[in-house]
Amino acid sequence: MKKILTSGIALLAAGVMGATSAQAETLRLLTWGGYAPENVIEMFEKETGHTVEVTKSNNEEMVAKLRATNGGGFDLAQPSQDRIAGAQAEFDIYKPIDLSKIDESLFIPSMLEATKGNTTYNGEVYGVPHVWGTSGLVVNTAEAGDVKDYLDLCDASVAGKVSYRLKRPTLIGFAFSMGLDPFAAYNDEEAYKDILSKVEAKLIECKPNVKTYWDGGDEIKNLLRSGEVVASMAWDTGGWSLNEDNADITFVAPEAGALGWIDTFVLPKRGRADEAAYAWINFVMQPEIAAMITTSAGNFTASQGGDAGVDEALKARYQASFPQEAIDNIKWYPTVPANLETLEGAVLDRVKAAN
Amino acid sequence: MNSAQSRLSLLLLFTPFVLWLALLIIIPHIFMLLVSISVKTGVREYVTGLGNYMVFFTEPLYWNTFTRTAFMSISATLLTLLIGFPVAYYIAKLTRGRTKTTLFLMCLIPFWVSELVRTFGWMILLRETGVFSSALQYFGIVSEPIEFLYNDAAIMIGLVYTSMLFMVVPLVTTLDSLDDSLIEAGYDLGGNGITVLREIIIPHAMPGIVSGCIVVFMLSLGNYLTPILLGGKDSLWFTGLIYDQFITRFNWELGSAFGFLLLILSSTIVWAGLKLSGQSLTNTVGR
Repeated sequence: MKKILTSGIALLAAGVMGATSAQAETLRLLTWGGYAPENVIEMFEKETGHTVEVTKSNNEEMVAKLRATNGGGFDLAQPSQDRIAGAQAEFDIYKPIDLSKIDESLFIPSMLEATKGNTTYNGEVYGVPHVWGTSGLVVNTAEAGDVKDYLDLCDASVAGKVSYRLKRPTLIGFAFSMGLDPFAAYNDEEAYKDILSKVEAKLIECKPNVKTYWDGGDEIKNLLRSGEVVASMAWDTGGWSLNEDNADITFVAPEAGALGWIDTFVLPKRGRADEAAYAWINFVMQPEIAAMITTSAGNFTASQGGDAGVDEALKARYQASFPQEAIDNIKWYPTVPANLETLEGAVLDRVKAAN
Repeated sequence: MNSAQSRLSLLLLFTPFVLWLALLIIIPHIFMLLVSISVKTGVREYVTGLGNYMVFFTEPLYWNTFTRTAFMSISATLLTLLIGFPVAYYIAKLTRGRTKTTLFLMCLIPFWVSELVRTFGWMILLRETGVFSSALQYFGIVSEPIEFLYNDAAIMIGLVYTSMLFMVVPLVTTLDSLDDSLIEAGYDLGGNGITVLREIIIPHAMPGIVSGCIVVFMLSLGNYLTPILLGGKDSLWFTGLIYDQFITRFNWELGSAFGFLLLILSSTIVWAGLKLSGQSLTNTVGR
C-alpha cells in the first residue's frame, strides 16, 4: 500500500513539474488529411516543446463537432474560408484571431487580405489562410478527351461512366457551366432559388449518366483507377496523384472555371492552447515547412515563397492543368450566408430521390 | 446492521445500471426532444413548436424514404429468416458434438471483423471490375463486365449477410430445447414433413423466430454503412437522411425530429409484428 502511495505521489509530482517546466501545451489540431504530416509534427515538437494531437476531418464535420461542444475540444481548426463567418453568426464557435501574434510577412499578401475580408464577422477577423486548391474535372483523357466543362459530364459519350458528389460544389459548378452566376445571387434568396431550381432540373436530367455519387476521396480514386469511371468532378490533388500512376488521367480546369477554396486556421471558442496554436501557425507558414506540407497534401499553401521547395513533378502537373487564363478564371468561394445550406440540402435530397 | 448492509449492496449493484440508463439513454433523449421541438426562425433565433415534425409529413421525399427503408428492412428480415431457419435447424437438430460447434463457429467467424471490412469485402466481390464480374467473363458466360454494385439488391445482400448471426443464434437456442421425441411422435401419428414443421417445430420455435426478427429488423432499419456503401444513386436510407441533417446541413432540429420519428415508427412496427404473431416481448426477447 505504502509503495503504491509513494509511486502515486511521484507520478503526481512528475506531472506537475512537466506542466510547469517548459510551458509546454498540447495542441489539439482539427484538420484535413495531409495537412499535418508526421515529419512536420516531429520538427515542431522538437523546436517548441509543445505536443500535437491530430484529428482528421472535413468542413461539415469540423463545424458539427465544434457546434456539439460549443467550440471546445480542439485548439486549432482548419475549415474553408467560406465556412467561418456564417458558422460564427449561427453557432458562435470561434474566437477572433490576435493578428499581432502572427507573422504576417510569411503569407502571400493578396491571399491573406482576401481571407481576412471573407472571415470578418462584426469587425473581427476570425481566419488566416493556409492551404488552397480547386475542384474541377478529373478526366481520363484517353477515353473522355471531350470532357472540358461540368456540363460535358452529361454528354451521351460518357454515359454510365461519370461520377460526382451530391454536395454544394456540384450545384455551384453546374450553375457556372449553365452560364449562371450563383455567387452573385448569394445574398438574394429568390434569385438563388431560381438558379437552384434550374440546376436541379439539369442534375435530374443528367442522372442516368452517373454511375454513382461518390463520397470519399479514396472512393473516386478507385473508380477512376479501375477505369469504371472516366470523367468526374473532383479535387485537383486527386487528379494529380492519379496522374503519377496513369499519365492519361489528370485534372482539367473546366471552361466555366475551377472552383477555388482556401482552408484556413481558426481558433475554436473554448480552445485552451492558444500559444501553441499561434506557434503552429507561424511554424508551418515558413517556406520550407510549407513545401513539406505541399508535398504531403498535394496542394499549394499561402506561404510566401512556399512553392520554391516543391517537387518539380508536382509543379509540372500544376502548370499543365492551370495555364494563366485558367488561374484567372478560378471562381473563389465567397462566404456562404446562413440559411443557403438548407435550400441546397433540399435540392440535393430531391436529386438523389429522383428516378 | 445486516439488512442495512444488504440494502447497500443492492443499491451498489443497481448503480451502474441506473447510471447507464440515465446518462446514456434518458438524458440524451430528453435533450434531443427539446432540440426537436425548437423551430428555427432566424439566425440564433428559435421558437418552440412542432414545425420540424410537420416537415416530415408535408415533404413527400422524407415520408417515402421512411416507407422505403421500413419496407426493405422487413424484406431483409424475412429473407434472413428464410435462409437462417434451415441453417439453425441443421445445426440444432441434425448435428452433434464437434460438428455442431464447428458449424456454429463458422456462423460466428465473419463477425470477428468489423462491419466496415465485411461491407468492403462485398464491394470487392460485386463491383464492375470485381471478382464475380471477372469470373463470369473468364468462363465466357458474359462478354461485357457487369455492375452488380450500387443497386437495391446489393443493399439487400449486405443487410442479410450482416444480420444472419442475430437470426441463427436465437433460433438454435429455441430449437435445441425442442425434445426430439416430440418430432418422432408427430411422424408416428401419421404426420408428414410439412405438418410436423407447421404443427410442432414452428410453434415451438416461435419465440426464437420473433426475437430474431425483432433484432434483425432493428439492425437493418438502423444500419448506416451498408446502404450508403453498397447502395446506388437513388438509394436513400432514413439513417442517412438523419446523418445528412446533423452533419452536412447543420440542421440538428430537423435531424432530432427525424430521430424521434424513427424511434416511434419502428417501435410501432415491432409492436404490430408482436400483435400479429400473438407473442409478447416478455416471452421472446425477455427470455
